[in-house]
Amino acid sequence: MKKNILGLFVTAVLAGVAQAETVFVTLEKDNALAVVDPIAGKLIKTVEIGQRPRGIVISPDNKFLYVATSDDNTIKIVDAETLKEVGQLPSGDDPETFAINPAGDRLYVSNEDDSLVTVIDIQQKKTIKQIKVGVEPEGITASPDNLWVVSASETTNMVHWIDPKTNAIVENTLVDPRPRALGFTADSRQLWVTSEMAGTLMVLDVKTKQIIKTIPFDVQGVTRDKIQPVGVVIDKDSKRGYVALGPANRVAVINARTFEVEKYLLVGQRVWNLAFSPDQKRLYTTNGTSNDISIIDLDSQKVTKSVGVGTYPWGVAVKP
Amino acid sequence: MMRSINLSLQATIGFLFIIHLLSVNFVYAGAKQTINIAYLTQEQKVPPPLSNLDAFIKDKGVLGAALATDDNNTTGQFTGQQFVLKKVIVPLDGNVIDTFNKAIGDQYPYVVVNLPSDAINSIADLPSAKQKLLFDVATIDDVLRNEQCRNNVLHLLPNRAMRADALAQYMMKKRWNKWFLVIGATEEDRLFADALRRAAKRFGMKIVEEKTWEHTYDARRTAQSDVAVFTQVDDYDVLVVADEQGRFGEYLEYRTWNARPVIGTQGLIATAWHRTHEQWGSVQIQTRFKEQAGRWMEEPDYAAYLAVRAIGEAATRTQSNDVNRLKDYMLSDAFALQGYKGNPLSFRPWDGQLRQPVLLAAPRSLVAVAPIEGFLHPKTELDTLGYDQSESTCKWSK
Repeated sequence: MKKNILGLFVTAVLAGVAQAETVFVTLEKDNALAVVDPIAGKLIKTVEIGQRPRGIVISPDNKFLYVATSDDNTIKIVDAETLKEVGQLPSGDDPETFAINPAGDRLYVSNEDDSLVTVIDIQQKKTIKQIKVGVEPEGITASPDNLWVVSASETTNMVHWIDPKTNAIVENTLVDPRPRALGFTADSRQLWVTSEMAGTLMVLDVKTKQIIKTIPFDVQGVTRDKIQPVGVVIDKDSKRGYVALGPANRVAVINARTFEVEKYLLVGQRVWNLAFSPDQKRLYTTNGTSNDISIIDLDSQKVTKSVGVGTYPWGVAVKP
Repeated sequence: MMRSINLSLQATIGFLFIIHLLSVNFVYAGAKQTINIAYLTQEQKVPPPLSNLDAFIKDKGVLGAALATDDNNTTGQFTGQQFVLKKVIVPLDGNVIDTFNKAIGDQYPYVVVNLPSDAINSIADLPSAKQKLLFDVATIDDVLRNEQCRNNVLHLLPNRAMRADALAQYMMKKRWNKWFLVIGATEEDRLFADALRRAAKRFGMKIVEEKTWEHTYDARRTAQSDVAVFTQVDDYDVLVVADEQGRFGEYLEYRTWNARPVIGTQGLIATAWHRTHEQWGSVQIQTRFKEQAGRWMEEPDYAAYLAVRAIGEAATRTQSNDVNRLKDYMLSDAFALQGYKGNPLSFRPWDGQLRQPVLLAAPRSLVAVAPIEGFLHPKTELDTLGYDQSESTCKWSK
C-alpha cells in the first residue's frame, strides 16, 4: 500500500501534476476529523476523534497528527495514515491551541482557564513544566530556529517570550487588546501577532521584541467590529502574509516587504485558521459558521473552491 | 517605592535621567509598584421574595472586583505592578459617609462604589473624594450622567437610556412599531418609562397605549384574569414593560388578551451581562467566575470586574499608579477595554459613561446584541445607545 502511494507520488511529480496532499480539519461540534482531498475538492471521509476537537498539528515527519480534544482534556496522537489513535498526551484542562517545536519532540499547550502553558515531552508522554503566563493564554507558536516559544494572553494583552532551553519567560511585550494568533517568518526574524479587538496585525522584531509595524484592516462594506483578525501565516519567502479576519469573512493578503494590505479575499463565514499546502501554492481556511473550508489559489490570489466538511470546522493541518 | 522615586525626580534634574532608567529596569526586575483600590458597599436588607425561584444574592459585585484583581495581578507579575483590593462593607445601620472618610484613606485613590443612586454623589462631593476616582457599578440613572454628573465618577453599567435604545433598535428591526407601554408604580419605573419614550421618539416608534399597573402583585391569585382585562386595549405590536423590581412584569407573558411579545424589564430584557452570553470569549470568563464564586456572574459583578480591569489596563499601559495619569488615559482615545462583548469598551469623555454593547436576553437564550447591525454612527456605533455628545447635558471638564 505504502509503496503504491509512493509510486503514484513519484509519477505525479514527474508528470508535473499537482501532488495529492491530504487536508485534515477538526470539527468542533461533530467530535470528528474531516479528511479532504483538496485537489479533487472533495471530502473523502469523516472520522470520530473525541469530544470537541479544536487545535491540530502534524508532526514534522508527517507521521502523526496531534489533536486537542478539549472536552476530553487531552491531546490525542493519531496515526496520520490509518487515522487510528495511538496515544494521548497530558495536556492539562481544556486544551485548545498548541504548538510543536521544529524538532518535533515538544508540544506547548495553552491552558486558557488556568493562565498556564504546559510543556509536554512527546516521546515520554509527560508534562515537563507548567509556565505561568498572563490571563487567558491562546495563540502559541515556536520559532523555526528553535530559539523561542511565544504565547499570547488575551486578557493580559501580552506576548510572552519563552526560552525553550529553560522553559522560562525571558521577556514580555505589550500588544493590542485580545491578541489571538501568532506566526514567525521563516527566517525567525519577525513575529506577526493578530489583535482580535483592535482589528490589527502587529509585526514584532524578534531581536528587540518591539512592535515595528501595526497594520489596521479596513474592508469596504464591513463594520469595524466584524473585523476580528485571528489566524496568521507567512509564506516561506516572506513575500506575503495572510490573516483570517473572523466574522468579516475575508482573508487579508499582506505584502510582507511593504506591510501593505494588497487585497481581501472573500471566503466562508467566520474564518478562523489557515494552513498552506506543502508547496505553498494553495491556502486552506476553516470557516467556523459556514461549515466549510475555502481553497485559495495563491498564484492567481483567488478563492477557487469551498468544500463542505461538517459542523464548526476549527483547526487545519496538511499532510503531503 | 514609586513615591520616593518621584520625590527624587523632583529633587534634581541631573539625577532624573539615571533614576528614570533605573525605574524601568526595576519594573522588569520585579520591583513592585502598588495600585490600591477600595471597594465600598453597604449591606442590604433581604427584600421579601416575589417568588421562590431566585435566591437573594448578598455579594453581587465584590466577587467581580476580586476576579479582576486576580487578573490584574497575573498581568502585574510581568510589569512589576501589584494590585490591592480593600473591601469595605458598611453594616446595615452604618453610615456610608463616615465609613468612607475613615476607612478609605489617602492611599486608596481608586474606589469602586456599589451603592444606590442617592449615595454616589454625596460621596463624590466629599472633600476627601476630590482627589479620587470613583467607579459607579450600581446606578443606571440618566440624570447622574447628565445634569448631576460629577467629574470624579465613571459609570460602568449602561444607563436607562442605553437600555431603552437597545430595546428600541431591536423592535425597529422586528418592525414592532406600535408599543403598549406598561409602567409600574415606583419612581424607577417612571424613569425607565421616560427613557423608553425618549427611545421611541429617537427611532420613530409609536407608543399607542400607555397604562400604569395598579393591580395586585400576587400572581397566584389573580394574574390570569387581571392581565387579560388590563391588556384589552387598541391594537399594538409589542408590550413594553417598565417594572425594575420585578413586582408584576413576569405575569404579563402568555396572559395578554392578544398574543403579543413582552419586552423591557421582563420577557426580552436589556442588560450589561447575562448567563446566556457566550460569544467573544465570554465562556472563559463565565467559567472562571463560576469556579470562583459558585454562582453565575450578575450585572454588578460584571460592572465591578470592568472597573478594576479598567484600572489595571490603564496602569499596565501607562506604567503608572498616579490617579490623574490613569484617569487621563482612561478618557483618551487610546483606551480600549476588553469586555467580552466584541467591541473594545471605552469611556465617553463627556459624561464618564462606559460605552458598551447591550445584551438583549431571554431567560434561556441570548436574542441579540445592540447596537443592532444597520444603526450607524459617524464615530462609533456604540454611541447610537444612550446620550451622545451633542445630547448630553453633563458639564464636566476632565
